[in-house]
Amino acid sequence: MAINIVLAILVTSLATYLSRFLGAFTAEKISEKSKIYRWFNCLAYSTLAALISRILIFPSGDLSEVNYNLRIIVILLSILIFYVTKRNLVYPTVLSAIILAALNSFVV
Amino acid sequence: MINSKYFLQGILASKKFDSPAIALGASFVAIGALLKNLGFTIQESIFSTLLTYALPGSLVMAESMLIGASLVNIFLAVWLVNSRLYPMTVSIMPLLKHESQPKWKYYLSCHFVAVSSWLILKSNYEEIERKYRIDFWIGIGTATWLVAIASTIIGYYASDFLNRDMIIALAIINPIYFMCAMIGVMKTVQLTSAILLGALLGPIFYFVSPEWSVLIGGLVAGTISYFIGEKYGN
Repeated sequence: MAINIVLAILVTSLATYLSRFLGAFTAEKISEKSKIYRWFNCLAYSTLAALISRILIFPSGDLSEVNYNLRIIVILLSILIFYVTKRNLVYPTVLSAIILAALNSFVV
Repeated sequence: MINSKYFLQGILASKKFDSPAIALGASFVAIGALLKNLGFTIQESIFSTLLTYALPGSLVMAESMLIGASLVNIFLAVWLVNSRLYPMTVSIMPLLKHESQPKWKYYLSCHFVAVSSWLILKSNYEEIERKYRIDFWIGIGTATWLVAIASTIIGYYASDFLNRDMIIALAIINPIYFMCAMIGVMKTVQLTSAILLGALLGPIFYFVSPEWSVLIGGLVAGTISYFIGEKYGN
């Protein structure tokens, strides 16, 4: 932890704002009815989907401590709960944490 | 300056029962706890969420600091992981545009672009009069931003009471929530293929390059699905 924390925070926020700023700048010339808008919309959704599945399949940090099979079970159960509860977002989310904690304490 | 009626409507849209704010809160509690363990003070932790307000970026910063990376390395790593915010911003700003609104609103409020606020806007903007959509968006952004900051503070002080299993359980909430939210928006051919292909190609490109997998996977999947959608209709 040799480097200054405040400097690291500033650098992180600058690097983050850069993409947001460039996005707002690019969007100035784009109409929501244009083809390029639809392309960007696809990019946004697919990049998010790629990020989420990357986090679930190849996690870094805390989730990487969880056994691969357990993660798959939690993912499949959450999708099942999502459909069973008529596409409710709260039940699968809350239950996923409880199921993971329960399964993890059994396995370890 | 900012229309308070629409601003308030934006705030209220963020506190619905199944709002992404839940997932956002859970993950920033985890971040608060992580920053405390890294040796951040409470002020520095608040400062970090206030200024960055993007989860993967904060995680990358924390990981980079642990291994003693340089500031240039932190900048590049964060830029890479947060560059998904670029297409996300481009895909909402045209919906908020109105010639009577000043430009500073757009350039300031783009700071609020994050997965949760983005999803809230995407599912509500059509009900809002075009002229005031930017004020509605600023309301959403303010609400989700405050949730993130409050959760960071809670996580920071709760970290002594959270055991390993609880931290791990908190970490799964965010991706599971967004996975279900993504399945929920698969309503057109174009979006369904964008989401399915993205979810497939992201991990596949991980074998080629872990750092670039999300961006390259997203770019390839998004472009293919754009053409699929244009060909087979929406």
